[in-house]
Amino acid sequence: MPQEFKLILKHLDNPGYTPDIECYLRHGGYDALKKALAIQPKDLPDGKKASPQEQIRDDVKLSGLRGRGGAGFSCGLKWSFVDRRSGKPIYLICNADESEPGTFKDRQIIHKDPHQLIEGMIISCFANDVKLAYIYIRGEMPLGAKLLNKALAEARAKNLLGKNILGSGYDLDIHVHRGAGAYICGEETGLIESLEGKRPYPRIKPPYFPAVLGLYMCPTIVNNVETLCNVKHIVTMGGAEFAKLGTPNNTGTRIVSLSGQVKRPGYYEIEVGKATIGQLINDPVFGGGLRDGHKLKAVIPGGSSAKVFKAGEKFKLKRKVDGKDVEQEVDMLDLPYDFDSLIAAGSMSGSSAIIVMDDSVDIVEALANISEFYAHESCGQCTPCREGSLWMSKTLHRLTHGEGRKSDADYLVKIADNIPGGRTICAFGEACSWPVQSFVAKFKDEFVAKGAADEERRANEKIQPKTATPVERKELATAH
Amino acid sequence: MSATLTKSSNRRLQAALQHASGDKRFKILEVHMKKHQFRHDALIEVLHKAQELFGYLEDDLLFFVAHKLKLPPSRVYGVATFYHFFNLKPQGEHTCVVCMGTACYVKGADKVIDAVQSRLQIKSGETTADGKVSLLTARCIGACGIAPAVTYDGQVAPKQTPEAALEKINQWK
Repeated sequence: MPQEFKLILKHLDNPGYTPDIECYLRHGGYDALKKALAIQPKDLPDGKKASPQEQIRDDVKLSGLRGRGGAGFSCGLKWSFVDRRSGKPIYLICNADESEPGTFKDRQIIHKDPHQLIEGMIISCFANDVKLAYIYIRGEMPLGAKLLNKALAEARAKNLLGKNILGSGYDLDIHVHRGAGAYICGEETGLIESLEGKRPYPRIKPPYFPAVLGLYMCPTIVNNVETLCNVKHIVTMGGAEFAKLGTPNNTGTRIVSLSGQVKRPGYYEIEVGKATIGQLINDPVFGGGLRDGHKLKAVIPGGSSAKVFKAGEKFKLKRKVDGKDVEQEVDMLDLPYDFDSLIAAGSMSGSSAIIVMDDSVDIVEALANISEFYAHESCGQCTPCREGSLWMSKTLHRLTHGEGRKSDADYLVKIADNIPGGRTICAFGEACSWPVQSFVAKFKDEFVAKGAADEERRANEKIQPKTATPVERKELATAH
Repeated sequence: MSATLTKSSNRRLQAALQHASGDKRFKILEVHMKKHQFRHDALIEVLHKAQELFGYLEDDLLFFVAHKLKLPPSRVYGVATFYHFFNLKPQGEHTCVVCMGTACYVKGADKVIDAVQSRLQIKSGETTADGKVSLLTARCIGACGIAPAVTYDGQVAPKQTPEAALEKINQWK
């Protein structure tokens, strides 16, 4: 039986649990920080000494923690890339710009348990010799920013932040920076530009790897809210113990945001890979199944930019059975919800947001909605993405407004194929073309049928190509 | 930077500063900028504060911010226009923000917005002629568990139907 496994969400929804520091301290808060600050330098077998910071970093590496923001990159590895010899200050930024449609996990942590994030941040900063850290929070979460500022003030009053934290000689300050509503700020180099008070145009890598040339051209670490919270738990339970949670290479727990047409949408924390997509949707502990009388049509497994799964789709996956590699055919619903299985199935777990669509959803309109979002949010720096996302959105707009063509399905794929793959600076190019590629590939009949129906209707009506009136022309010009 | 402005925009700046001299809110804004030591990277925070004080960002205000932070007006204008949160036009007394994120959309946000649009006779992004209500759309406000969500004057309302939305709008009109 799949079960929720509450590590980060342990206290969060309990009755009487409040976001203030007293409540957090009552529940064992900041014990992990005290433990981290009390670590003594350790003698290594080769005669060198491992500083407390190095020990925490090694522990995080050992835990196998992977970033929870979207890419699933190893956190320990990310920290090891940081340029520590340059003599420049190192910054840490908490990426709380959670704006992927379908994702709402970080919001819960910030609103209900901000101190957990702050504790995780202080430990991460201590482990990386960071003296100044930022939390970049979405402009759409004014309450979250307020709560975080209050929590930071409480922590300062208790000497958990500021100069000489708990008498350890370590100084750190954390500032909250409000974003102003731009999806691209979730991209780490875009976020850094925004933090510098500019338009969030992502920087080109190389040379601007944040670990070397990040905020103010200094080494910078950018981590997701959930990742930083996990660091706290790694220190509490030890990296080796943390690595036992979940499945090999997909360790720890993950908060899954379940939305769309299920009976019980919400956020559920599971051990990574210990529940399948089908269980998350249908199990009474999680989604509780679809609305009565409706059948599953499609599932977006990792936020709107992940490739869609069609109901009944089968994948060939390599699995280890009794120590041997066996190729098994797995139904979409039986895919374990972890990083690697979903990548093997051609999609990704992204920000762990599952959007469920039943047979009442018009797939073409759903894609039009997603595509409109990306056309709106493209920062406009690289031509393929700026133009391509808009063309795709316009094509889908005409398909959903009775002006479609039979060839539109192929046209969409043609545009989508020409955006990603190193033609753009950041991964937005991939994010905007993946849904189009996968939706059209898997539901091509619906796209073609819609276009064909439109063509036929127009032929029957014998509509002459109408010249637009000046007013209509103006409307068309300002439509996007 | 202001020294390099051309003569005509210098006159424009003088007009903006003249405007600023009589308004107390500009003083508050300047104190806020001082708190950030007039740093260039505080621009977004300053614009947040400016919008809080004035409701929207008018041209004079942007000139004022650019002058005080010693930034080219183009940079301030560029930032103000890029981020969706900043309004360059006055907003209505009430705001209704319909979330059009994917999760809200599959649960029927399109019907909600259609109903509100036809009731108010405006499109999203516009304000009614009497200045009462501004209708906006958002790209996922992170409330997918309670989709479709609509924000009325900053308060998120869960599981909205066209009827529920119209009822709320009718209270305002």
